[in-house]
Parts: sequence; C-alpha cells; structure tokens
Amino acid sequence: MNRLTVKLPGLDLKNPIMPASGCFGFGKEYGNLYDLSKLGAIMIKATTEEMRYGNPTPRVAETSSGMLNAIGLQNPGLQGVLTNELPWLEKFDVPIIANVAGSETADYVEVAKQISKAPNVHALELNISCPNVKRGGILFGTHPEIAKELTAAVKAVSSVPVYVKLSPNVTDIKEMALAVEAGGADGITMINTLLGMRLDEKTGKPVIANKTGGLSGPAIKPVAIRMVYEVSQVVNIPIIGMGGVTCVQDVVDFLSAGASAVAVGTANFVDPFVCPTIIEQLPAKLDELGIDHISELIGRSHRV
Amino acid sequence: MIIQDLMTVGSQKEIAKNIFEMKLTGKLVGEITSPGQFVHIRVSDSFELLLRRPISIAEINAEKNEMTIIYRAEGRGTTLLSEKREGDIVNVLGPLGNGFPVDETAAGQTAVLIGGGIGVPPLYELSRQLTAKGVNCIHILGFESDDVVFYEKEFATLGETHIATVDGSNGTQGFVTNVMSELSDDFETYYSCGPMPMLDAVQKAYVHKKGFLSFEQRMGCGIGACMACVCHTNENATDKSYVKVCSDGPVFPAGVVQI
Repeated sequence: MNRLTVKLPGLDLKNPIMPASGCFGFGKEYGNLYDLSKLGAIMIKATTEEMRYGNPTPRVAETSSGMLNAIGLQNPGLQGVLTNELPWLEKFDVPIIANVAGSETADYVEVAKQISKAPNVHALELNISCPNVKRGGILFGTHPEIAKELTAAVKAVSSVPVYVKLSPNVTDIKEMALAVEAGGADGITMINTLLGMRLDEKTGKPVIANKTGGLSGPAIKPVAIRMVYEVSQVVNIPIIGMGGVTCVQDVVDFLSAGASAVAVGTANFVDPFVCPTIIEQLPAKLDELGIDHISELIGRSHRV
Repeated sequence: MIIQDLMTVGSQKEIAKNIFEMKLTGKLVGEITSPGQFVHIRVSDSFELLLRRPISIAEINAEKNEMTIIYRAEGRGTTLLSEKREGDIVNVLGPLGNGFPVDETAAGQTAVLIGGGIGVPPLYELSRQLTAKGVNCIHILGFESDDVVFYEKEFATLGETHIATVDGSNGTQGFVTNVMSELSDDFETYYSCGPMPMLDAVQKAYVHKKGFLSFEQRMGCGIGACMACVCHTNENATDKSYVKVCSDGPVFPAGVVQI
C-alpha cells in the first residue's frame, strides 16, 4: 500500500508534497537537479495573458526567518507558457497546477480557458492574492463578493477543477473561503504572502524597489497554520496548505491543521532539494506517529 | 553540474579590514568549469538568516579539491561566515552561473582585468588561467583605501598590476578609470567585475574593445527560478528582453546588460 497517496479534485497525488507557485519557476531549473516525477504535483509560476517583466530591482530582501519579495508576476505570458513551458514538463509523471493571474475578469477567464486545456494541467490555482501588482491580484482576494464572482466566471470556462489561492491580508479569511466555495471553487490553496516592508538601516528607506513585498518563509508559518485550522472547519472543499514549510514536521503540522496536501515555497531557495527530501522522510515520520496512511493526519487538530 | 556540498573549512584569514579569505574543500570544486562562477552559501543551519549568500570563487585547486573565496564581512550573514574556523562544515550550493570566457583571448595576446573592491576576487583565478595559457595580463584594481586592499602581491606575480584608491593611500588616487586613461589601449580583450557605476565607466571607456563584465544583483534562489536578479538588456544586444544575473550570467559580454 502506498501510504502517501492523496486524492483531490483533478489530482491523484502519489504524495502530498508540491512546490508552491512562484518558488519553482516552470520547473526547468529544479529539473536539472532531480527527477520532477518524484513530486506530488507542481504549482507553476503565475501566468498572465500577456508577457510581464515585473517590478524593478531589488525585488527581494531577507528578514528574520523569512524574506520579502516583489517580483511582480514576471512570466512569459499565456502563449509562451503553452508553447514552451508546459510541453517541456510533459516528460515527467507529475500533474501540473497552473497558477492563473490577471488584472480583470476578462484576462483571468481567457488564461483559465486556454491553459486548462493543456494535457498536463490537472487543476488551476486562481491567483487572487498577489500583493505585488497594482491592478488585479489582491483586489480580487480581499473582497468576498468580487472573489466569488471571479471564481464563478473562471469555473464556467475551465476544463479542470479550480482551486483558489487565498490572501492572508484580510480581517476574516473564513469569509473569503466561504465566498469562493459559494462561487464554485473545487479547493482552496492557502496562504499567499503577508504584505510587509523592510527599511534600510542607513537610509531609512524601503529596501525593495516596490517598497512593499510579500513576506514568506518560516516566519509566517504560525499565521498559515491558524488560518488553515479556521478555514478547514467552515468549508467542505479540500485545502492545499502552505506558508513557511521547511521540513517533514511542518508538513505534519499543516495536515493536522486541516490541509489535505502541502506546498513548499521559499524553502526551495534555501535547499533546492527540500521537496524530495521531505517526501523521502515522510514514511519514517508516519511510523514514528504510529499511523498507516497520511490521510489519518488531516484535521486531527480539531477532530472530535 | 550544480550540487549541494557540505564543504570543510581549511582556513579562514582576515586579509584586509573586514575582508576574509576562506579555503573550502569538497567535491563541488570538481564541478567548477570557469573562473567567475560563484557559490551560494548557507551561513548557518538555523532559518533565522534564511537565504544563502552568493560569493564568487577566487581560486581553484583541482588536485586538492580546494577553492578559495574572498568576501567582505558586512552584514550579519557574512559576519557569521567569517566566524567559521578550520574543520567547520559549510553548506555550499554550486558552482553557479557562467564565468569569464578564457578562450576569448589567445596565447600571446594581452588582456586587461579591471576589478573594484569585492569584485576583485574572481579576477584572480581568471588571471591564473589566462597567464597559464600564455596571455599577458594587466591588472587594474580599485579600492576605497589602503586598509581594504588585498591580493596586490598575488596579482603582481601574474602580471603588471596597478592599484587605485579613492583616498590615494595606495597607488593612483581616484578610480580604476584614472589608471585606465594613462595606459595604452594596445590590448585585445578586457574583463571586469565590480560595482555597477564602475562597470558602466569601464564599458564606456573601452567601447571599441571586446570585453566581458561580471554583474552583481540581490539574489534569491541563485539557480534561475525565482526571478529576483533580472536585468533589462540593451535593444538588439540579444534575443532576450531581460537576463537573469544568477543563471544567464553573472558574466555577460559588454553591451548586453542595460546599466
């Protein structure tokens, strides 16, 4: 028996571990380092209708146990991803979750419609939570009604299940989760980065050219765990949890909080082999916890 | 091939004010293909200082599986690195990026190597490889002041070496360009590494020469995935509208990167 399998809408995962969008490009760089077929899935970098260059540099800054980034959704655009990036990934036995971003409903819908037809795209991740672009992104992710409408619009054209990536930059994340569920979302991915800022010690000015950036890394894990714990108790759709995962214990924590699978983001920059390392260590961790199958961990933090 | 190696510290020395020379041994050294490549170092096992630090390779000793890195202890991360001692283990990812093309200068030709501050180290291995194949190397090295000058003698054993310091405490007072303007331009290629304004000045001064510049940019992953270190390219210089310093560079032919 494979003790690590997870079945989610559109996704038959051999294990619950996947790199998070934006931290893994379109896989090529990591594909030079290890066999990507080892991964449960891959969440590719956000794709917008047109190619985007992104924000000026500096785009990243380290903070205590974390980092700020303001890349600004740099990507080769829908046609570039369909022509060059996704076909390259076809040689691996791994489902792709395509992160879809945009400025308004029309371009979200166009990208979703086309990218969901790619043979290896098994699910979409609707990016309504990028804090680093001026239009779209987080605007959709902080208003429940707007998020619900966008989810419904994308759901109507997508050929594969739609997961919505939630922003932690809201007062009540449960409200957002319920709204996208009502809009027809098949699942939720959470959390995106927390909006933050670092100042230069000498000048007192923001270090990042965009001034603000998204905080990620171990620093945000307690926030993410709390939010997964809350949301998993109010929705009936599965959650892919993320936020500061660096090791196998973090994975156990996210599953216990209520996630059904776990994404690894910033840790890929610290240790490019972190995903396969965690996957290798999972069976021994299950032995240590005295359980047969990983699904037994899901939601145990609030299970009666 | 890029590997993650647990390398052993052979020695650690402060060779100028806050400038450290560290020797590291491990199989990663066998993967280095050109001078000017760099490594990405974890300065501690904890996640408090989360990201790796990109540091250039100053010298390679393939037989001993040993490389030398030279870096400035400036922030908390590099200060922590400077506290490592002989026998300590350091987690190193590399070799990363594309280095200087040694093949672009033929035996018997002359190359000018221009470095500024902490951009000087990769030029040392470059000069060793160029001189070994019979290239005549001229070094122009710029520093803030005499107390941060390093490897003056080491470069001098390889070829003609000129020092410039901003305060005039060693060599020519001023910048590398002050030295450049007094030297003949009877050379075939130039190679440069240093701060952006210096690279810009060098490129402009040698606009009709074949040259290669090594860039520095704040990095995330170091392998080309995170898009933190991108630079715009000059129109018609390449088929790409941008390049990633970590994986497309850090060395580019002069004129490619928009400065």
